[in-house]
Amino acid sequence: MTDQAKELYYVEGLPIPETPRPGKNPAPWRRTRIIGRSVPRVDAYERVSGSAVYPSDVSLPNMLYGAIRRCPHPHARVKKIETGRAQSMPGVHAVISGQTPAADVPWTYSSSGITIKSKLFDPHCRFEGETVAAAAAETPYLAWDAVRAIDVAFEVLPAVADERAALEQGAAVIHDQGNRVGPPRSYERGDVAKGFSEADVVLEENYRTECEIHTPMELHGCVANWEADRLTIWESTQGVYRVQQNVAEALNLPLSKVRVIGHYMGGGFGSKLQAGKYTIIAALLARITGRPVKMMLSREETYLAVGNRPPSNMTLKAGIKRNGTLTALDFTCTGTGGAYPAGGTSLVDWQVRDLYTCPNVRTNSTDVYINAGPARPFRAPGHPQGSWALEQMLDALAQAIDMDPVDLRLKNIPLYSQARDGQPPYTSTGLKDCIEKGAEAFAWKEARQRIAAAGNREFIRRGVGMAGGLWVAGAGRPPSTIILKLFSDGSVNLNMGASDIGTGTKTVMALVVAEELGVKPEFIQIEHADTGTTQFATPSGGSKTVPTESPAVRAAAINLKQQLLEIAARDLAVDPATLDFRAGSIVSRNDPSKTISFTELSGLKKQGVLVGIGYRGPNPEKKAISPFAAQFCEVEVNTATGEVRILRFLGAHDSGRVMSRLTYDNQVFGGIAMGIGLATTEARILDKSQTGKMVNRNWHDYKLPTALDVPTDMISLPIEPDDTQANTTGAKGLGEPVTIPTAAAVANAVCHATGVRITQTPINPVQLCRLLAIRKKEG
Amino acid sequence: MKTDHDHAAKKPGCGRGITRRKFLKTMGSGAAIAAASDALTVSGTAQAEVIKPETIVRVNLFINGRRRSLVIEPRWSLLYVLRAELGLTGTKVGCERGECGACTVLIDEIPRYACLTLAVEAQEAEIVTIEGLMHGEKLGVVQQAFVEHDAFQCGYCTPGQIMAAEGLLRRNPAPEPDEIRSAMSGNLCRCGAYAHIYKAIGRAAELKGTKGGAS
Repeated sequence: MTDQAKELYYVEGLPIPETPRPGKNPAPWRRTRIIGRSVPRVDAYERVSGSAVYPSDVSLPNMLYGAIRRCPHPHARVKKIETGRAQSMPGVHAVISGQTPAADVPWTYSSSGITIKSKLFDPHCRFEGETVAAAAAETPYLAWDAVRAIDVAFEVLPAVADERAALEQGAAVIHDQGNRVGPPRSYERGDVAKGFSEADVVLEENYRTECEIHTPMELHGCVANWEADRLTIWESTQGVYRVQQNVAEALNLPLSKVRVIGHYMGGGFGSKLQAGKYTIIAALLARITGRPVKMMLSREETYLAVGNRPPSNMTLKAGIKRNGTLTALDFTCTGTGGAYPAGGTSLVDWQVRDLYTCPNVRTNSTDVYINAGPARPFRAPGHPQGSWALEQMLDALAQAIDMDPVDLRLKNIPLYSQARDGQPPYTSTGLKDCIEKGAEAFAWKEARQRIAAAGNREFIRRGVGMAGGLWVAGAGRPPSTIILKLFSDGSVNLNMGASDIGTGTKTVMALVVAEELGVKPEFIQIEHADTGTTQFATPSGGSKTVPTESPAVRAAAINLKQQLLEIAARDLAVDPATLDFRAGSIVSRNDPSKTISFTELSGLKKQGVLVGIGYRGPNPEKKAISPFAAQFCEVEVNTATGEVRILRFLGAHDSGRVMSRLTYDNQVFGGIAMGIGLATTEARILDKSQTGKMVNRNWHDYKLPTALDVPTDMISLPIEPDDTQANTTGAKGLGEPVTIPTAAAVANAVCHATGVRITQTPINPVQLCRLLAIRKKEG
Repeated sequence: MKTDHDHAAKKPGCGRGITRRKFLKTMGSGAAIAAASDALTVSGTAQAEVIKPETIVRVNLFINGRRRSLVIEPRWSLLYVLRAELGLTGTKVGCERGECGACTVLIDEIPRYACLTLAVEAQEAEIVTIEGLMHGEKLGVVQQAFVEHDAFQCGYCTPGQIMAAEGLLRRNPAPEPDEIRSAMSGNLCRCGAYAHIYKAIGRAAELKGTKGGAS
């Protein structure tokens, strides 16, 4: 290799971290050189040029298109299916339904140990949008023509579309065992009654968050292709290995015969952690026709059938002393994951249980079935809902004892996880700093003084609000295997199974390799998210991808360095312990004349490629690892029209080490944008009193935040506690904590502006006007 | 479907948009299209001609500076033709009902939703897709600004965002922040990269200013 090329590949003067002896954990990075910097993504070019091939862009020779006929009723039984008319249409190649022997595939719905067996085409349709039949044709237009031409006779059954009515006498019964998803789940610590008796102020309030739909920009779907007995699927997914497992189980295939590829994917937010029925249907249609089949759902289908954030009905009673000490929290929640077990109340109580110091806490959750599409994990499952209740309650308590909301929260910062067994300490907690430094950077006190001084009596009013938060997961964990290949010219190939769902995973991992080896990120090529060619990884979800994969990447880089040192020691005839890395070279500490560049190493030349393998090690025992957050916002409320303008937002986040600043900030702002949706616009509306059908199954009627709803003034303030215990890179999860406190912060700001506490999402003009009118009437 | 390329195609004349009249003319006098398998008359005119689903028509499209001649079904959207017939998959499918902007392309310089534009409507118009902003392998100015400011996450809405931004900057080279937000409000980003998108468009305006308006 020429000197010029060396310069090209390696960062000049970059100190390469010390290489630990084999079997030893590396020391935490002290000062990083590339990690944490603002660098463009390694796959930015592909994403902005239109050349990135997403699963929905895949086109194979002779490919057909699939479409699914779905149940139009929230509860019905298929009496008869007549497919003859569809089958005889020109350009239609296959029609399948529950009557097709080859499509008689079992399907299970399960969550938290409760499993219900169903079928791919179950004649008992328990939600609007359940699959009834499917077709494959030459174009998507013809496929839709075909599924519309399938004649289905339904017996419409009574339905229940409101979880608050599901346990009432006479409610439609969804499953033989009743409408409860198992017994209520409860948690208790301390003595709640005693806690309330010690309180100076006790408040109780009901809260509700509406059901949200993920609606990632790329529709759910895949392309399926058989080559003899081997099935390849290009799936828009957060986890190729999970899809592989789901498909292999459903079709009774060996894992080795199912290859799932998911290089790019257009968003998931938890709704693409698993294979869908559409995946299996595409594979079946492809097998029957002997041709590749592309099956991308329509937008309407994604509103009905591929997950949601469950609605939560919450009651919170809280006790506090005049000095701001929380004495008791009593929380109940009723929710629904839809027609099948899907974690309808899962983790809704976690903020109440674990965020602020409180010795006496009781929670109780009731999960029920309704005739609606099953939930799927939605960015920080349960957490924004619990935050909506807890953080609004804390503001109400602060007002009752005449204390600043920030000061009240600072009074109750725990250093250990109160809700976990054994109450383990956190490896790091930046909660205090998030709140304190966030308030300072936001100019919280000044803003409140400014608003108070202005009087806030005009019809346009200002308010500021904040909320804290933590995410139960975000620690990362085994397993993960990473393979690094060092080519003979010194460039590197990184091989990992994890998906980059848009959070910048690939970029972060390239930076880890660059940091350890001194290679410029642009000379690191990444192969990922392909069960045929990359290593096992769990799906990218739970904000665990960076803390799971980055230590394994670091381990692989170190494994490579150890091999290089061994080879260099042989080539230079010195002890490997005396050798150090310089950009692209290995040098003896004792004799600087003894130096050799990577590319001259005999072993590398001989083998062509050196392979470094890294595994994710275990997390520390008896320690809790969580990311923490505090967000602050200022709003302007038009009390005449009920419109809320969000003027600015600040997110202060402790997600451990900042791995890549640009993608970090992007996550923070994106989480806030999504939280603004929960707070102000998003709500699934079911026609509860009559048909039970969803009435706003499109982006026109179910409104996401747009460029006009998200403020230009947004600040990301990273709080980086020195976490040397969590893992070898010090990173904690980020993608979910960033959306946890947002909605509550908005509600608190609106309350500060208007004096009206809005306990139900969304805070829209209709609701706000009504509440303002009531307040005016009541004086 | 058969595709003809005319590499030396002339740029069509300027100043045409798509009008209902032109659309109907394309389809024949008083024409209506069938949306599904059952032939369907939707026109109010007396001598309505019914087009059956198997009907195909020849269209000439002018895309990214090249003339493409295709045989298509009249009901095919421009989006479908771009992606499935021409392989221009940079233009994305988000909703196929004009709500998200993932399929935004420039039609006679105006950002429009390709999902709500029938291919037969788009004849004679000058269409630019994300691929048309590239200079060979080099990124266009707006694309470059999106890279610098990390103005995307999953990247799926990004081509549409970039086309909307390109359209904005072609008609308003120095937009105010509120003009940027307004112009971009027809393009959803579920990842919520708006904050970075605003910055990227500001940067693109700067870059275009220094490069004399080149895309």
